[in-house]
Amino acid sequence: MLLFLGKRLLQLLPTLFFVSLIIFSLQQLLPGDPALAMAGEERDPAVLEQIRRQYRLDQPLPVQYVYWVGGVLSGNLGESMRLKEPVLTLIAQKFPVTLQLALMAILISLVIGVSAGVISAVKKNTPIDYAVNLVALWGISTPNFWLGIMLIFLFAVYLGWLPASGYVGPLEDFWLSLKTTILPAFVLGNSFAAVLMRHTRSAMLQAMSSDYVRTARAKGLAERKVVLKHAMRNALTPVVTLGALELGTLLSGAVLTEQVFSIPGFGKLIVDSVFNRDYAVVQGVTLVTATTYILLNLLADIAYVLINPRLRS
Amino acid sequence: MAVSEALAHELAEESPGARAWRRLVKRKGAVVGLIIIAAFLAMAVLAPVLAPYDPIQQSWSTIRKPPSQLHWFGTDESGRDLLSRVIFGARASLLAGVVSISIALGLGVPVGLLAGYGGAWIDALISRITDAMLACPFLILAIALAAFLGPSLQNAMIAIGVTATPIFVRLTRGQVLAVKVEDYVEAARAVGNPPVRIALKHILPNILPALIVQATISVATAIIAEASLSFLGLGQQPPAPSWGSMLNTAQRFLTNAPWMAIWPGLAIFLIVLSFNMVGDGLRDALDPKER
Repeated sequence: MLLFLGKRLLQLLPTLFFVSLIIFSLQQLLPGDPALAMAGEERDPAVLEQIRRQYRLDQPLPVQYVYWVGGVLSGNLGESMRLKEPVLTLIAQKFPVTLQLALMAILISLVIGVSAGVISAVKKNTPIDYAVNLVALWGISTPNFWLGIMLIFLFAVYLGWLPASGYVGPLEDFWLSLKTTILPAFVLGNSFAAVLMRHTRSAMLQAMSSDYVRTARAKGLAERKVVLKHAMRNALTPVVTLGALELGTLLSGAVLTEQVFSIPGFGKLIVDSVFNRDYAVVQGVTLVTATTYILLNLLADIAYVLINPRLRS
Repeated sequence: MAVSEALAHELAEESPGARAWRRLVKRKGAVVGLIIIAAFLAMAVLAPVLAPYDPIQQSWSTIRKPPSQLHWFGTDESGRDLLSRVIFGARASLLAGVVSISIALGLGVPVGLLAGYGGAWIDALISRITDAMLACPFLILAIALAAFLGPSLQNAMIAIGVTATPIFVRLTRGQVLAVKVEDYVEAARAVGNPPVRIALKHILPNILPALIVQATISVATAIIAEASLSFLGLGQQPPAPSWGSMLNTAQRFLTNAPWMAIWPGLAIFLIVLSFNMVGDGLRDALDPKER
């Protein structure tokens, strides 16, 4: 296990190096003088000079990269031009909001996706199976920002049951927090539920035709017990790791969901920064998201090894 | 006996493309998807003929009118006909879907071939860069690229294309690794074919099915990505019609003019659903296990 962990950690280093290189290179795409683009409306030569010095734009590219990575490694992701605050502080403020949304989305999609997948597999080739498959195809094909707008219309404008936008933290007011986040979490988890359903269905179908399920049935066990205790337990192993991997994808989906529901999270931070030409924040958010995704990948791999006894040795 | 022999002979004569097509059209979902895609394509090409009004012509006397006989889909906040804007919007979406995936294929396939066939350090280098790009969530990397390149449909297509490239690099590399140990590749090498010829003439045709399936599904992803970037203001710029930017405007008028949000969203949903259905059908039709 330790050897596996060591190997995986070593593999991470080149990936992290190239991630940093890609995100650093984004700055080179800015048309014209990067300092001028970064300054936005500001044309004061003193400010431009300060930007050039701060980002070492007057130095050769490899030197700029070394300074940038050095800063990143010591926790300095630069400073927001707009909010005049360190990028890391901004990210630390917004991250819990998006994390809450993503965790709720995963919970919703696990409940919907896994149960629909199991039912679909057990009722294979029946109208229920076809209906569940159609709903899954609908879930994968619906753009989540459109679903969000339609649900706002239904639940906030038409029925008036839930707020259309805004966010309240769970520590401030738990119930209000739930009311403000339930719709966005559902929207965010919608396509993931569909993906989970498809994976659960195929894993369950495989498990249901295996020898151990046939043995369990031959022993005279009730079908309910065979499905829930024997087939589902084994089928869900890959699904668990898929859940960890999808947290990274959900961070991506959160950009649109947060925009639709005006939730002040990670996604809204990157969009607001894009429109205010706050490039240090764009780079910082991309870097943190990519690193989170890589670490989740690692956790998923470890979880897979821990859950599956055959891989432990 | 004679009948089965004739059938076997006929099947042996059938080209792989014709065989895949025959299997594809047997799948109802894929056929429905193909019909809807064809309808949207016709809509995009014939937009000037089909659209009842100029999609950017503003009219202060028809602001936010609900669907009627004059305006089947209603009008928007500037009095523009929504049906005409949805019809013209198909151009941006389909163009973005096809162009960005062509960019991804054009970059990803040669690099994947190089990684898979070249092996050694080239493979290691390309694989690490691919891993790094795949580690950046798709939309966030596309947003970051589009932000640095500047907001426009062209830049959105480049951003989506570049972001989708690693998927094709990884797929091509994996397929090449599986195919290059086959006997016919060994034989081609043994008779002295140069590596470029082996890669293009012997390996590429055999990995095409997997690439076609992935490209079809990726077009759906690219259309959603373009709509998402336009929704955020990073794609097609107003007043040119785009389904994503139409939804952005519609959200502001949800209380007074909910119809503004229905049609562009439905159009995105339908086209994406169709590409997904065709992709699923192609996967089954091209699967060697089905033969």
